Amino acid sequence: MAMTTSPAPLSTAELEERLDEYLDPVLSSRRTAGGLAAALAEFSRSQQDFVLRWVGIIAKTNAELAFQFAAQVPEGLRLMAPDDLESWIIQAMDTYDRMGLYPASAVFQEGGAYAARVQTRANGVAFDDVSGILEIFVRGLSGRALKLQPGDEIYTDTSTLFLPVSLTRLADKDGNFRLYKAIAAHQWAQTWYGTFHADLNTILADFPDQDKATRLFHALETVRLDAHLALDLPGLHRDMQELQKALGEPHYPAFWDKALQALRAPGASVQDTISALRALYESAVPAPRCYQGVLQTARAEQAMAQRIAREKVQFQTALARLINSGEQRTDPTIGPEDAAQNAKRLRLERNMDPDQSDRRRYEVAVDGRPMVIPQDVRAIMDSIIQDLGDIPDDYLVAAGDGGYQQNNDGKNPDDVWKGTYHEEGAFLYNEWDYRRQHYRKHWCVLREVDVHPLYDDFVSRTRIKYATSIASLRKSFEALRGEERLMRRQKNGDNIDFDAVVEAYADMRHGMEMSERVLTKLRKLERNIAVMFMVDMSGSTKGWINDAEREALVLLCEALEVLGDRYAIYGFSGITRKRCELYRIKRFDEPYSDLVRSRIAGIKPEDYTRMGVTIRHLTRLLNEVEARTKLLITLSDGKPDDYDGYRGDYGIEDTRQALIEAKRDGIHPFCITIDTEARDYLPHMYGAVNWALIDDVRRLPLKVSEIYRRLTT
Amino acid sequence: MDANAVSAQEYRVKHEPYYEAQGDEIVLFEAAYSNQIPVLLKGPTGCGKTRFMEHMAWRLRRPLVTVSCHDDLTASDLVGRFLITAAETAWVDGPLARAVRIGAICYLDEIVEARKDTTVVIHPLADDRRVLPVEKTGELLKAPAEFCLAISYNPGYQSVLKDLKQSTRQRFIAMEFGYPAPDLERRIIVRESGIGPETAERLVKFAEMTRNLKGNGLDEGASTRLLVHAAKLMVTGIDPRRACRSAIAESLTDDAEMLAAIVELNTSLF
Repeated sequence: MAMTTSPAPLSTAELEERLDEYLDPVLSSRRTAGGLAAALAEFSRSQQDFVLRWVGIIAKTNAELAFQFAAQVPEGLRLMAPDDLESWIIQAMDTYDRMGLYPASAVFQEGGAYAARVQTRANGVAFDDVSGILEIFVRGLSGRALKLQPGDEIYTDTSTLFLPVSLTRLADKDGNFRLYKAIAAHQWAQTWYGTFHADLNTILADFPDQDKATRLFHALETVRLDAHLALDLPGLHRDMQELQKALGEPHYPAFWDKALQALRAPGASVQDTISALRALYESAVPAPRCYQGVLQTARAEQAMAQRIAREKVQFQTALARLINSGEQRTDPTIGPEDAAQNAKRLRLERNMDPDQSDRRRYEVAVDGRPMVIPQDVRAIMDSIIQDLGDIPDDYLVAAGDGGYQQNNDGKNPDDVWKGTYHEEGAFLYNEWDYRRQHYRKHWCVLREVDVHPLYDDFVSRTRIKYATSIASLRKSFEALRGEERLMRRQKNGDNIDFDAVVEAYADMRHGMEMSERVLTKLRKLERNIAVMFMVDMSGSTKGWINDAEREALVLLCEALEVLGDRYAIYGFSGITRKRCELYRIKRFDEPYSDLVRSRIAGIKPEDYTRMGVTIRHLTRLLNEVEARTKLLITLSDGKPDDYDGYRGDYGIEDTRQALIEAKRDGIHPFCITIDTEARDYLPHMYGAVNWALIDDVRRLPLKVSEIYRRLTT
Repeated sequence: MDANAVSAQEYRVKHEPYYEAQGDEIVLFEAAYSNQIPVLLKGPTGCGKTRFMEHMAWRLRRPLVTVSCHDDLTASDLVGRFLITAAETAWVDGPLARAVRIGAICYLDEIVEARKDTTVVIHPLADDRRVLPVEKTGELLKAPAEFCLAISYNPGYQSVLKDLKQSTRQRFIAMEFGYPAPDLERRIIVRESGIGPETAERLVKFAEMTRNLKGNGLDEGASTRLLVHAAKLMVTGIDPRRACRSAIAESLTDDAEMLAAIVELNTSLF
């Protein structure tokens, strides 16, 4: 946005013409761009260019949103500096991505409010600034992992804490951060100290005015939770009191004292709050505390019901797994038993934890023998106890064989955005939108899945077909292998270098200085390389390309086994941003086994190629590996391409951005392609030299290993 | 070999090191020792493995030779090497050979850190042969009945490179160490630092919070050792928040966001 001396402003007619072009789909004879153009005519040329550029960009996402923008931008131009304007636009577009047109239009319509917020931002704190810290903070406190999300209302549904988008109530940043922390802690306390352990929905509906009852209940419950916090987290409680003082919050009425005393007693439960509510129902509801937010009992109930049902199944499946794995070790002849029989053998031992008087320690015993409970199952148990206060006896039925077939039953990909479903193997990644020059946040959902192994003779056939080539490949790779080398004349070492000693003594006799370098040392020159292969499994690889890819992988694995470099192979495909799939073929820590070989044989063409998100995920995996040199090698047959607009420049630019991110992490990307048009776009994505074109598919299998050898020497 | 005779005294643990048993580890170790079976201690850093070894050496009245392994530790560093003195060479025992000679307990701390070839030299010592071949001198050192080999490693580091080979681990009796239970950990802090039980309890709570973060950005939670450090600072008069920050939070992480969150947890408690 260079604001140089600009040419004369565009006239209303000129502006209208340009706007017509962008907004055509949402204009009609009764709704024209004339008014918008007239309002824009009074601004300078550079401002007009700025607006037109963004109208064009937004119209590519949604024409109606672009219209809303054009309608509101004159006010925005008057109120905000260009940088703030841009962040206003980006916020609206992020909102569009997350929630759709109407909330996004609202962002534009509330331009004045946004400008005011920009004014106070100097002292305010935004959700994005603190969510990272607070999420760790809440996780550290204890209990199940909670998600944080920005929202219009402050409440928790027991799996997500909804916090305000920004806070400006206090005069300085530190104060506003304290307030954020207090809000998060209060909501966490609801999930930890059992606010939802009673059937609140039914109880509160019994009161004549349910809304008043809910608010009063919440006020009283806040007193109880504060007392718990004062005991367990005194420092936080002190902060919360200081916040109340700073904001001048009133005390509770004096006649409440007796009821409050009961709520403040150690060990008070939600039942005490309900009794207090019954006693005080007639009195007025005090103003909520600054960190209190609201209570959404219905949403909490819904989230809990879903989680409870899900965790019951998970727990029972885990029990079945534990029982069966135990049996296989002791006596392989016993087959899996049915659920009814398992039930009799399982027993839950609730031992009082000697160290934490208020929490019990749970152990599961099979036939009287205690079972070792893995961490993940322990976490499910803890979460169940957090919801129900105990593990009910009817949970102790190991799932039958059917339990294993539980695939994402009843889960909709859209659920990812709603709850803690992320942790079940889904990863969210940003995607680069080159038109906006910003990331679309949490845009892609990626899941890792296993390639279905195919036990056929593909691998052995390939080995026979390429027998001579494999032999020569192995030989040339052997030459690369790191060897131990004896280093002579070292200052430090394991053994004496007698030649050097004799020489040194001779020197000394001659009156010269004696060398210190008289030792030998064995040094292993290790190839410290980790390489990730990213294999295109899109629909376009169908047929001989797929065969060539699979053959290439077999040859590569044979060669790499000789070399000893660490390597992993993942296939990628997917359809739309909500279903990006990464197929595990070989992980870094997996040996080249029959299973891996059968997975290679099982690689088959799937859907589309969304490369950016795949690169981001594989970068993350590579980052977890310790190696001096890290390579990310893509085997591809064409441009990035996906169903929902991920093509052309958009796909190329996002892929390029993902590769830049990878390079920033010290990873060297390289692409091997068979697309004869690759010259047009690959240099832009991978850089001038980091790609290779193989124009004859039949030569791919041999070439890939050769290229790898060249790359790593 | 005169030098070695003197050193047996040097390696003695003279005063009883303070140790609170977490379970039956003392009985188990004694049983392993009397059966001449080597011992593998697993557990996170700072949970008391080294202290346990000192305590056991004192209990069994054996000298203790401790070697902290590092990634440049070679087999000769353990077994010994020739040095050049006035125009001739002299053999000097490494700590492992010395421990075998004097019938000590040899404790190889963080064994996975050492170079791969070092783990192989302990193999003949760790099975029923109980010998240490010293290739360079042609000697075959036979371990006396009192000699005991113990190694430790931290299974928490999930690195492909730092894993113990099956051929090594299957020679040992393995004992798992965790952080002590809250009540015990509190007693340990009180005893080691002289701080009041109430503050010690809060420190334990703080440690639990950081341990909740393990795997979510932290490689390890706060160890008992760090808690003792923090408590000692507090006893000296350092403000509790400051002491926790320096002794615990800053030691755990360099990541700014993680650090800020840990400091917030800390200020919530104190």
